[in-house]
Amino acid sequence: MTLLYSEVEEELRAAVRGLLADRHPPATVIARVEAASPYDADLWKTLARDIGVAGLLVPEELDGAGATAREAAVVLEELGRAVTPVPFLTSSVLATQALVAAATDAAAPLLTALATGQTTAALAVSFATSPYVFPATGAPGTAAGGAVTAGTAGGAASAGTAGEAVTVGADGTLSGRVRAVAGADVADVLIVPASGALYAVDAADAAVNPLVSLDMTRPVADVTFTAAPARRVAEDLEPLRTALRYGAGLLASEQLGVAEWCLTTTVAYVKERRQFARPVGSFQALKHRLADLWMEIVQARAAARNAADALATGTDTDTAVAIAQAWCGTVAVHAAEECVQLHGGIGMTWEHPAHLYLKRAKADEIALGTPAAHRTSLATPAGLPSPPA
Amino acid sequence: MTLDEAAIRDRARALLAEHDPARTDRVTFLRARFDAGLAWVHYPEGLGGLGAPRELQQVVERELEGTPQLDVGKMGIGLGMAAPTILTFGTEEQKRRYLRPLWTGEEIWCQLFSEPGAGSDLATLATRAVRDGDEWVVDGQKVWTSGAHLSRWAILVARTDPDVPKHRGLTYFVCDMHAPGVDVRPLRQITGEAEFNEVFLTGVRLPDTLRLGEVGEGWRVAQHTLMNERVAIGGAPGRRGGGLMGIVARTWRERPEIRTHDLHGRLLHLWVEAEVTRLAGARLREQLAAGAPGPEGSGMKLAFARLNQALSGIDVEMRGEEGLGYDDWTFRRSDTVDFVGRGPGYRYLRAKGNSIEGGTSEILRTIIAERVLGLPAEPRVDKDVPWKDLPR
Repeated sequence: MTLLYSEVEEELRAAVRGLLADRHPPATVIARVEAASPYDADLWKTLARDIGVAGLLVPEELDGAGATAREAAVVLEELGRAVTPVPFLTSSVLATQALVAAATDAAAPLLTALATGQTTAALAVSFATSPYVFPATGAPGTAAGGAVTAGTAGGAASAGTAGEAVTVGADGTLSGRVRAVAGADVADVLIVPASGALYAVDAADAAVNPLVSLDMTRPVADVTFTAAPARRVAEDLEPLRTALRYGAGLLASEQLGVAEWCLTTTVAYVKERRQFARPVGSFQALKHRLADLWMEIVQARAAARNAADALATGTDTDTAVAIAQAWCGTVAVHAAEECVQLHGGIGMTWEHPAHLYLKRAKADEIALGTPAAHRTSLATPAGLPSPPA
Repeated sequence: MTLDEAAIRDRARALLAEHDPARTDRVTFLRARFDAGLAWVHYPEGLGGLGAPRELQQVVERELEGTPQLDVGKMGIGLGMAAPTILTFGTEEQKRRYLRPLWTGEEIWCQLFSEPGAGSDLATLATRAVRDGDEWVVDGQKVWTSGAHLSRWAILVARTDPDVPKHRGLTYFVCDMHAPGVDVRPLRQITGEAEFNEVFLTGVRLPDTLRLGEVGEGWRVAQHTLMNERVAIGGAPGRRGGGLMGIVARTWRERPEIRTHDLHGRLLHLWVEAEVTRLAGARLREQLAAGAPGPEGSGMKLAFARLNQALSGIDVEMRGEEGLGYDDWTFRRSDTVDFVGRGPGYRYLRAKGNSIEGGTSEILRTIIAERVLGLPAEPRVDKDVPWKDLPR
């Protein structure tokens, strides 16, 4: 195990960072969020195909790169650092991992299409869904009549209801509605949990209604299925749980990238900004706040690397992911809030990109389980049993 | 020649074959281990090491498990501060004279840095060292000296030139704690015991051969020592859920009657913080082993202090009635530094020192802000003023 970055990982980082610096300055993002869709299709094509990030997590035999969570994590750090509106997390991590974990013949051609970046997918669950709403055994919770498909065990259920709203009709079509799905508005294919199994539905056969979203660089959408034709890609919901955990673990790296940008940008600003005839960054009140934030980010990097390594090796995965999410979600929000505050009035303006990071950080805090949901899941591994109810 | 894991293992096994730990007394074994280069493998040959990569030390520790070990509670200053400073700034004679008995624990070391008038602003210290032929005559008062009453030697910073600005007039010495004029008095702490001392230096004569580094270079040498101290305090390896967290978690498990939802939430917060701090320390050690030391050392001490104080505080609080008691206020001199020993009240009070000793948390934040983040320094009124002209 290593918590450092390998040479290959650093090369991948340099490639992604170079491309984003070139093609994706903050001003571009601000202009994009006011367009109909913030997604940058050309940029995604270059990232997905030329740099090859779309196929990172797809096995080599299905034309992917067969890389691990460690490399995907480095890509997410860079995408977080630039709040890049591309569907890497939603398609190349979440949807892809669900299909990889399903390991079915039906999933294989989809994975090949995803690997090339020609097809984009999204998991049709609320972005607020934590990995803990599904029973770890792989046996989905079923209610009488089979109408409700996903278990809602755990206190986090209220923060993210899983795919319970979609059911499979007698003719094999899907009907129902899922709220707050991330990446649905750019997906060609939706991976839908319904009646205890996973289905693939062409996005064209569903009604995708983008919502006015807090995170303008990764909006969510309500997705409605009305007798939508569907192909079954997994027999149970275990691949969905695996994908949510995988996504939660890697989201920590995106949060790390967000936090790092906020710290770097703030430090640069307080060195320049002068009040009382000196740089405001020379005031101890500000220096100490930034030093504390720096330390939180040092810890976040270790936790995010540890989660990525655990996902890559398959050891200690649940605990490592929960620790990373319990810490990094809060740190990213703290970093973004400090960024706004320490920029003073400028930080409150639409023109300055700080708000894009604040919105991403706050939405990420809810995404794939809140810090509280992840902390609660640690009671058992920590040996800290809950008090009686 | 760089040594690999197998070569180190062979050496450790050869040591065990030649000096059966069951039939060798402790000091003899430790001396033999030092001479075999297995004390600290990254140190040079002849000085207890093999010039090997630092991470190979783990191989030695594994092979020599169950053999006589160092008393690190007593030897912390020597191992963590004096040794790296002697290695970097000492002459060949000094290295050969001091490192072996330091490592075997035959000679204990303490630190004579802080003074009543020089704490966070260490560079303003007033203890004078005046040259007299081949000797230096030292006069002054030092404070917060852990283990001074047990020590053979001390690392000492003294003012050798009061006419230049404060950072430039300092020189670093090894102080003979047995020399006439060295007076060690216990300093009672809020825990009731005296782990620290005040050290009065009156006409103490130190030969020039005890000087470490050049005259006037004391600040640079002391910086090296302090960086090592912070890594030593904050960077100790641990296991998940170990240390103070382990003590608190055990109490929680053994006493269902104390469990409340509020405490549970706070404990889980602290457990996560303990774990990310441990991981940050592990990452820092990996960077050190890879030869790319990060600036994380000062931060680790900061994080360690905050965590220890929070955990030791909740440990007292959650015990309810029992938390109203204290194990023992008897005044005594302790001969070891122990953050996890004794009762919860003692641990709570001792942890208060964690954000003061080895650089206050406030000073560490300033160091991080200025040296890591590159933020501008506070305007300085004392920078270019000769030390003797500073307002006091």
